[in-house]
Amino acid sequence: MAEVKYVQATRVYAKDAPPAVDALDLDIKDGEFMVLVGPSGSGKTTALRMLAGLEPLDGGRVEIGAKDVTWVPPKDRDIAMVFQNYALYPSKTVAENMGFALKMQHVPRDERDRRVREAAKLLDLDDKLLDRKPKALSGGQRQRVAMGRAIVREPRVFLMDEPLSNLDAKLRVQTRSQIAELQRRLGITTVYVTHDQVEAMTMGHRVAVLADGKLQQCDTPRQLYDNPVNQFVAGFIGSPAMNLQTVPLVEGGARLAGTVIPLPAAVRTAASQAGLRELVLGIRPEHLHLADGAGQIKGEVLLVEELGADALLHVRLAESRNQVIARAEGRRPPAPGQDVTFYVQPDDVFAFHPETGARIAA
Amino acid sequence: MSAVAARTRMPGPQRFRAMANTVGWGIVAWVVGIAFFLPVLWMVITAFKPESAAETWPPKFTFSPTLAQFRLVFSGWGPYVIHSLIATTVSTLLVLLLGIPAAYALSVHPVKHWRDGLFFFISTKMLPIVAVIGPLYVIALHIHLLDSIWLLILLYTAMNLPLAIWMVRSFMLEVPNEMLEAARLDGAGRIREMTEVIMPVISPGLVSTALICVIFAWNELFLALNLSVTNAATLPMFLISSVPQEGLYIAHLSAAATVASVPVILVGWIAQRSLVRGLSMGAIK
Repeated sequence: MAEVKYVQATRVYAKDAPPAVDALDLDIKDGEFMVLVGPSGSGKTTALRMLAGLEPLDGGRVEIGAKDVTWVPPKDRDIAMVFQNYALYPSKTVAENMGFALKMQHVPRDERDRRVREAAKLLDLDDKLLDRKPKALSGGQRQRVAMGRAIVREPRVFLMDEPLSNLDAKLRVQTRSQIAELQRRLGITTVYVTHDQVEAMTMGHRVAVLADGKLQQCDTPRQLYDNPVNQFVAGFIGSPAMNLQTVPLVEGGARLAGTVIPLPAAVRTAASQAGLRELVLGIRPEHLHLADGAGQIKGEVLLVEELGADALLHVRLAESRNQVIARAEGRRPPAPGQDVTFYVQPDDVFAFHPETGARIAA
Repeated sequence: MSAVAARTRMPGPQRFRAMANTVGWGIVAWVVGIAFFLPVLWMVITAFKPESAAETWPPKFTFSPTLAQFRLVFSGWGPYVIHSLIATTVSTLLVLLLGIPAAYALSVHPVKHWRDGLFFFISTKMLPIVAVIGPLYVIALHIHLLDSIWLLILLYTAMNLPLAIWMVRSFMLEVPNEMLEAARLDGAGRIREMTEVIMPVISPGLVSTALICVIFAWNELFLALNLSVTNAATLPMFLISSVPQEGLYIAHLSAAATVASVPVILVGWIAQRSLVRGLSMGAIK
């Protein structure tokens, strides 16, 4: 059991290139499930590898359990990692794969067997599978063996690098909840890397959003969704993504699709103080409410995606001709080509600085 | 039903071209295959001929096969085959013993100036062996290793080592990085990483490397001929010794050559599966 701390941790791959991880500050509490999420090239995997000791630091430090481990070799950090491609040893049986780390620690054979069996039971791995080679296993079973290899060690920290990305969609959803449940039961601090924001939101106690090597925001899934600190987080978290529209500022608000969206006085003051003439409005698809012709935001439906419970409307707005996505009830959505109107609650509208992307909060 | 069959059938000219294509490549494959195999077959056939029937023109295809030549070979080959076996197996083991760690140091955890090291190893193969035979002879004379099996073991090891290092290195480069990282996290040190993680994965490659070393050492003649007389005379020297100053010898030579090539063919056949996997390892993910 241990907390993990990144202090100004930096990694530079090439001299002239921008850092892969740029002065990362992150506190992970004991027993916490922390998800690092971001698009490819955001530095999330590099950050994880720095914690594993597989990537040296060019600045700052990494701590595990209040001890600086920046220069401690991977094997002495008391961590276990699950790799994207599982990285099982093909010539060893499942049991040997899971017990290899214990063998390296000179744990006696009986004890090793007992712990391997325990881990296998925890993961619903059949005893019969223990004598097989990884080649003879299905993708899902291999994934569980990789998990098992980490669990057997009873480490202080679990590191997981996109462990679900090689599974098919259905198995991924199933395994997702199993991992979250297992982590809760074992209570071991976990750092989990993914590019999939749904995984991040459903699994993490807290989620750290990275982009271009920089930490954008680290908070609970709810807070990330309700209170994104900038345009990047707002656009990255949530599916379908938040509608972001650059709009001109007018008296009392911002002009969008033939109407004025009222903005709180504090936002207007902040915008005028910054000398802005326009700003970026962010509205989540579910906050565009269909209004039977009585709403102010006008548009034309281009495409309807039926999801069952609800439907996604791809709408071309009046005036700006930009496209937005609106979530509507699944029964009787408007037909493509139909003119529609929406209304929004002023509280549901986010405002961002058009250049810096920072949130202009009320 | 017949309508469907008629529609799905390839039109005549195209079908002809496709067939001609297949047949054409088939012929090429057979011609090349036979070109390689025919001399070997000829050698084996000749080995069973009486000496009088071996060197006739046009060649005789009807003869009464005899084992007389083989009897002659087996009566004299004893010491030669033992020398060859010792030189080949010991040198191959030494090559693997030295080559695997060397390849590891040049691929998985590359040492400083690994490129130079790699080039140095292969550069020793660029020098024609004839150019160094003189100095080698003098050195061997001074360290009292002339006509000694140890000298051949040493030279065959040196001869095969560069090739083995290059081969094993290329196999090691194929080992997925994630697996090595997993091993490091699991607490495996350098030696464990090499013996427990890498070597099992590249074992087909190691088998094919060993086989190539065996073939080269087994067939080596030049060094053996110049640096040994009787105490370390190898099988290829036995083949030469079966050529008498006068008289007929083709059948006898064929029998000796046939016998000499059997072990290599046998080892190759046993290692066949690994060999194909090893030599084409880059293609397998």
